[in-house]
Amino acid sequence: MSHIQALLDAIGLGAVYGLMAVGIGLVFGVLRLVNFAYGQVIMLAAYMLVFTTGWPDVASILVAVLMAVFASLVMERVAFRRLRTSSPATMLVATFAISYLLQNLALLRYTYHSRPVGDSVGTLAGLINAVQIGSLHIRWITFVAIGTGLVSFTLLALLLKRTTIGLQMRAAAADFRTARLLGVRADTVIMTAVAISGVLAALAAVILAVSSTVVTYQTGLSETILVLVGVVVGGIDRLLSATLGGFAIGFATSFVGAELPNQGTTPFTSNQYLPSVIYIGVIVVLLLRPAGLFARRGQAPVERV
Amino acid sequence: MKDVRGWLPELAAPVVLVVLLALIASQVLSGGDDVKFRNAIVSIAIVVALYVFVGNSGVVSFGHVSFVAVGAFSAGLMTVPSDVKPGVLPDLFGFLKHHSIGNASSLLLAAAIGGAYALVVGIPLMRLSGLSAGIATFAVLGITYNILRYWTRIGPGAETLSLVDNGSPTTDYLQATVGALAVIVAAFLYQRSRWGRQLRAAREDPAAAQAAGIDIHRQRLWAFTLSGALSGFAGGLFVHLYGSINTNDVYLDLTFLTLAMLVVGGMSSLLGAVVGTIAVSLVQIWLSDWENKWHIGSTAILPGGSSYVGVAIVMLVVLLVRPSGITGGRELGFGRFGRRG
Repeated sequence: MSHIQALLDAIGLGAVYGLMAVGIGLVFGVLRLVNFAYGQVIMLAAYMLVFTTGWPDVASILVAVLMAVFASLVMERVAFRRLRTSSPATMLVATFAISYLLQNLALLRYTYHSRPVGDSVGTLAGLINAVQIGSLHIRWITFVAIGTGLVSFTLLALLLKRTTIGLQMRAAAADFRTARLLGVRADTVIMTAVAISGVLAALAAVILAVSSTVVTYQTGLSETILVLVGVVVGGIDRLLSATLGGFAIGFATSFVGAELPNQGTTPFTSNQYLPSVIYIGVIVVLLLRPAGLFARRGQAPVERV
Repeated sequence: MKDVRGWLPELAAPVVLVVLLALIASQVLSGGDDVKFRNAIVSIAIVVALYVFVGNSGVVSFGHVSFVAVGAFSAGLMTVPSDVKPGVLPDLFGFLKHHSIGNASSLLLAAAIGGAYALVVGIPLMRLSGLSAGIATFAVLGITYNILRYWTRIGPGAETLSLVDNGSPTTDYLQATVGALAVIVAAFLYQRSRWGRQLRAAREDPAAAQAAGIDIHRQRLWAFTLSGALSGFAGGLFVHLYGSINTNDVYLDLTFLTLAMLVVGGMSSLLGAVVGTIAVSLVQIWLSDWENKWHIGSTAILPGGSSYVGVAIVMLVVLLVRPSGITGGRELGFGRFGRRG
């Protein structure tokens, strides 16, 4: 496999993880809540693609988006809103519980068997096919991932910089109490952030489901864990650094995985040990730059008093 | 230690709860609930070990199951009889393949390896705090799992390690109960010690603690090491109680479940750790007894697997109603009525 091929695939995965990182970072910004259940929002959206097999692709995707937004808002209303003043550990464990709940509900409903995405002739499922450019085999879904990432990031940047609600979201992320004192409505800002994160979850769900061709009760779980790691490594205090962190961990996972040899049982010598290589990198970065790889310089993390 | 009314309830309450649990378990140990009561007693040891660091320091660690894992695998590996080991685990390093040790010494070995691993990992990592510390400890878990799963020279790899030498179910359960009590006593002695109090002071107010001359990094490191040793020990109890272990038993599910138990009980008290574990375990036991019990027509009201959904709902409701856990992070004490007022 050529290096350019590996590079393109890595950018594709980085784009998906970047989308998820934005979703997680937006909610963290306004709520200071690390949403572990984000993966199950993705799972729910991905099951909608199975559920709507035979429907036009646009309708399927729309249902997935609606489902993800609905699930996110319900989570916010039922759990996050009551936990706003709780300790970070309580908030995190509450999202574990939600995640566990949704996984097991999916398990009850759909069992362990994986479900294929869409009908085999549908355009959506067909995006898994590759296009040949010279010696490169690039799946259409890789282009879709990169395109979706670019369009979403642009739209989001416009929203945050050019609209009132965007300004309010940035203000809330910087200092929630002062923002409220200045007339920013907490519930509106939080629900907007949660809804946008739901839309992004649905987009990530479509790409992940099409790439893996199936949906299971574990869809989105391992990806979310990696993105959470990436977001903290990048710097969770700012949306941009969190997004770059998500992109970086997706990129690194895919690229290092392609470059490591396939064979070898001694630790760190083959792609079986890919997680170890990535996590060693994570630890090194955190030790050198605890506030995040892409955090602004001069923002040394202090013990939160 | 002179003020009996101050410290006795703090130690006695968790001990009494564990003894009660063991007595209930001894009545039903041969029945269908066997496995779940085993889970409960091992979980107590693991959650209390986790509490020693998380509860006293206030820093959430996702890495503790790594110490449980190395403890469990070293205790398990070293008690597989050396005459069968070369046959079932041909890839092992020679010194692992040809030696075996007894039950009690394997538990000490598990504690030693867990503690040593925590110390080595903790020296750099304990400089971090908050989310960075959480993610860094999670990275340790990822690395531990990955290496244990693929490096067949130090263990069974992705296979299940079985043939671990164990006794009768009753003696094993007794060993696990006594072991869990030992972990509780260690946690109690630590939190009452000078170091434990220093760390708790740093948890409440890091700036003031530092100003009072407390070396936060060092205190966190001691707690992390002790907690790692107790986790390794708990891993040893785990492997002897079940007689087998797979890397998937000591990975994400156990990490999240034990953390949830701790937070549900109340993460800053020893009583909270024990109460949370017993509460979640009992809910699991009851709900799974109700699965497939009642039917409407031929459809079960609670089909197989619904107990997991129930456990998640119970945990969520407890956290929403009592965000600081069932015990509110307090110990049981008569201090209010006693001399310390």
